[in-house]
Amino acid sequence: MVKDQDYLKKTASFCIDLAKKLGATDSTAAAMHSISETVNFRNKKLDESDRSDSLGVVLTTYIGKKKSSISSSNLSEDNIKTLIERCIETTKITPEDEFNSLPDKDLLATKINDLNLYDDDHIENNEKIEYLKEVEEAAFEKKEIINTETSFSESKSNFILASSDGFLNGYKSSSFSASCVTVAKNANNNMERDYEFTSTCHLHDMLRPNQIGSLAAKKTIQKLNPQKIESEKISIIFDRRISKGILSVLASAISASSIARGTSFLKNKINEEIFSSSINIFDKPDIVKGLGSRYFDDEGVKTEELKLVDQGILKHYLVDTYNGKKLNLKSNGRNGGTSNLYFEKGSISYKNLLKLNQKTLYITETIGHGSNLVTGDYSVGATGFMVENGVFKYPVSEITIAGNFKDIFKNIILADDLEFKYSTNAPTMLIEGMVVAGK
Amino acid sequence: MSNFFNKSDISRKDAENIVSETLNNCDDGELYLENSKSESILLDDNRIKSSNYSSDLGYGLRAVTGEVVAYSHSNEISKNSLKQSANNVNSTLKSKKGIYNHKILKTNKKFYKNFNPIEEKSLNSKLEILKKVNNYTRAKSGVVQQVTASFAGEHKSIEIIRSGGEVLTDVRPLIRFNVSVMLEKNGKKETGVYGIGGRQSYDEYLKDDNWKKVCDEAFRIASINLESKPAPAGEMKVVLGPGWPAILIHEAIGHGLEGDFNRKKTSAFHNLMGKRVASEGVTIVDDGTLHNRRGSLTIDDEGTPTEKTVLIENGILKNFMQDRLNARLMNTRSTGSGRRESYKHVVLPRMRNTMMLNGKYSQEEMIKSVDKGIFAVSFGGGQVDITSGKFVFNCTEAYEIINGKIGSPIKGATLIGDGPSILKEVSLVGNNMMLDPGIGTCGKAGQGVPVGVAQPSILIDKMTVGGTQL
Repeated sequence: MVKDQDYLKKTASFCIDLAKKLGATDSTAAAMHSISETVNFRNKKLDESDRSDSLGVVLTTYIGKKKSSISSSNLSEDNIKTLIERCIETTKITPEDEFNSLPDKDLLATKINDLNLYDDDHIENNEKIEYLKEVEEAAFEKKEIINTETSFSESKSNFILASSDGFLNGYKSSSFSASCVTVAKNANNNMERDYEFTSTCHLHDMLRPNQIGSLAAKKTIQKLNPQKIESEKISIIFDRRISKGILSVLASAISASSIARGTSFLKNKINEEIFSSSINIFDKPDIVKGLGSRYFDDEGVKTEELKLVDQGILKHYLVDTYNGKKLNLKSNGRNGGTSNLYFEKGSISYKNLLKLNQKTLYITETIGHGSNLVTGDYSVGATGFMVENGVFKYPVSEITIAGNFKDIFKNIILADDLEFKYSTNAPTMLIEGMVVAGK
Repeated sequence: MSNFFNKSDISRKDAENIVSETLNNCDDGELYLENSKSESILLDDNRIKSSNYSSDLGYGLRAVTGEVVAYSHSNEISKNSLKQSANNVNSTLKSKKGIYNHKILKTNKKFYKNFNPIEEKSLNSKLEILKKVNNYTRAKSGVVQQVTASFAGEHKSIEIIRSGGEVLTDVRPLIRFNVSVMLEKNGKKETGVYGIGGRQSYDEYLKDDNWKKVCDEAFRIASINLESKPAPAGEMKVVLGPGWPAILIHEAIGHGLEGDFNRKKTSAFHNLMGKRVASEGVTIVDDGTLHNRRGSLTIDDEGTPTEKTVLIENGILKNFMQDRLNARLMNTRSTGSGRRESYKHVVLPRMRNTMMLNGKYSQEEMIKSVDKGIFAVSFGGGQVDITSGKFVFNCTEAYEIINGKIGSPIKGATLIGDGPSILKEVSLVGNNMMLDPGIGTCGKAGQGVPVGVAQPSILIDKMTVGGTQL
């Protein structure tokens, strides 16, 4: 059983009280506990079971404008005492930073509406195994599939955030996820790999096992016998797996920390058009059972829905207390990043998007870390399919796609197929004129 | 050495008994205990942005029978907790029966000293150096817009208790010092990053104002990028510089030679043992025994002493990297490559210091032989798809080569290639092997572990460069 609120409250309050006694003018403490159980299956046989029981505390102490932090998984009273003493000593000799402070009191979350983020259901390992057997059976129905690895994970967490300003709140959450990775082989012994998964807050919202298995198999087989293509400038389509990455880039580039440090290609772009005028982007923390939902941010600041981009115009940065003070902005509850971040869906159907150009490169996977947030330059390895007149022709691999986000953002056309599968979600996306390097 | 049991309600003897009882009917397994302390100090934007100290304690109980691994970990070293873990792993393996393999090699060698990087130097003196780093780097030029510098030190004690009461221990120090510089000139911004580190004391890295060299290097890379032009797109010849670019070897070849992917036959290399996988003259080893290096280990995380494993000898595939589980299932021996990020993670076969050894050509000869291509000196991160063998990595410093001469610097491009075939495209191997500065962290299955790489300059006849200029 995951530890209850009272236990975590006691731990967090103990830290706050002791820090105060030892000379901290302010402090925050978070105590968390999570238990997760995972079963891995491979080629219809049990491969691994993993039980994780993880307890931790993080404490930050302030003395005036000086600040320092400690964290520990050893919650024995002796150890915590030693660590807090150490934290206070460190704080004393750390130089002042005028922007260090707790959040403004009037911004702290007070009202909490239940978002149904915790499901008390427990699924035993042998039931997980039954589920995974069905996943693998569905995948192995296709004769090209030679290897499957599947996994089922259940996780329950609880945490409490406390501050010397009196904030003391937290909540339980749960997560259930299952995944299937399949390998397919062609006549020449060349292999390809792909996957499918489901991840939800509540057990009964998970996809059916046969859906996961057959989707993974289908996606993998499609990738067999890829070709390399000529280097050229071409329109590309990002599958929903990839298109959401554009939002992650945006989120990093508009974080108050990148803006304050001057290391973002979107610095000073507030109230300017950075996307085409058809684009609207939301960050909505209060979606019931949402994978990115939260009641308050990592500092206890209330989070409200933000329309980050309105008709192509950047309206908000993602602001935390520290960087907000630097930029002279109020925190909008984004310490810890975005919540449920998504593009409003477009107006064109998926089918018509495929047909929009005579020839389009459809990207299903990118590899590498080729996003430069300082310059906006983008270059990654990719695999996908060549689409001609709306029809998938052949798989493509060992190519790279490159461009600059400033241009990419302005050349996006969105399909109307938005779904909420991750915490950050985007519909299928067409981008005009990207450079593809192949042969 | 940590005493994991002195503040617990469980004695060492009790713990040993639970381990022996739990693993009695298993092929392998152990109780892994870990006590790690870490400190990180970050200077950014002209101020000390954060100073963190972390103390982590926990255990992982692992039982292995056949191909099945049962693992349970917790922070609470107590009788109740350990018994719960024992029940948990036993319930997974209840229908299986194994014979415990008690054999494990012992070593008296040590590849690093036992010292504590956090305590050996006062916080004040570390803060003082960071301030100097900031002032020194900003004073280099008016175009310096941002300087970030950090120290990270770790002191990790581990203990492995095997069935029958055999105990193995190790104490592992680790240090990293990093500087990042952002320059702005005529509205154009570029960054340069450089770092050093390994398993020896801060003084070894910082003596004789060595930190200045790190600042100089970060500044130099950023300056070069300010003058860079867009990278070409398409297939061409590529010369890789010595040292850190061996991350190519790590991604393209190394991962595919890890035992688990080959046992499961998901690696593109699984049926190539004894076959030619690289040009003649290409020899690659994975070595855990280099003194004080970031990827070195006295014993791996299963207790096996590390070694220098020859992976590819003169172009022929010789060995995979193995932990105990995969070695047993593949009828071979562990190469001391069983590693885990922490007690929260299961053991996997991983790389240590992966190195391509010297050939006979000079870098100059290689560049002279190229009509059109690029010279890649440094990289950011890389990634590989084990199954298809495709890998990428991003250049952070690269130049065009035109008619045998180094030309303008080019903007960060991605290089993409195919693991099993890339080493056959290596036509010249240099004579200037260099170790990387001690900065690598390898990610696999969500676990990060410190690694090293090394290589001489090499000429690759054909690779796809992912720039924007057609």
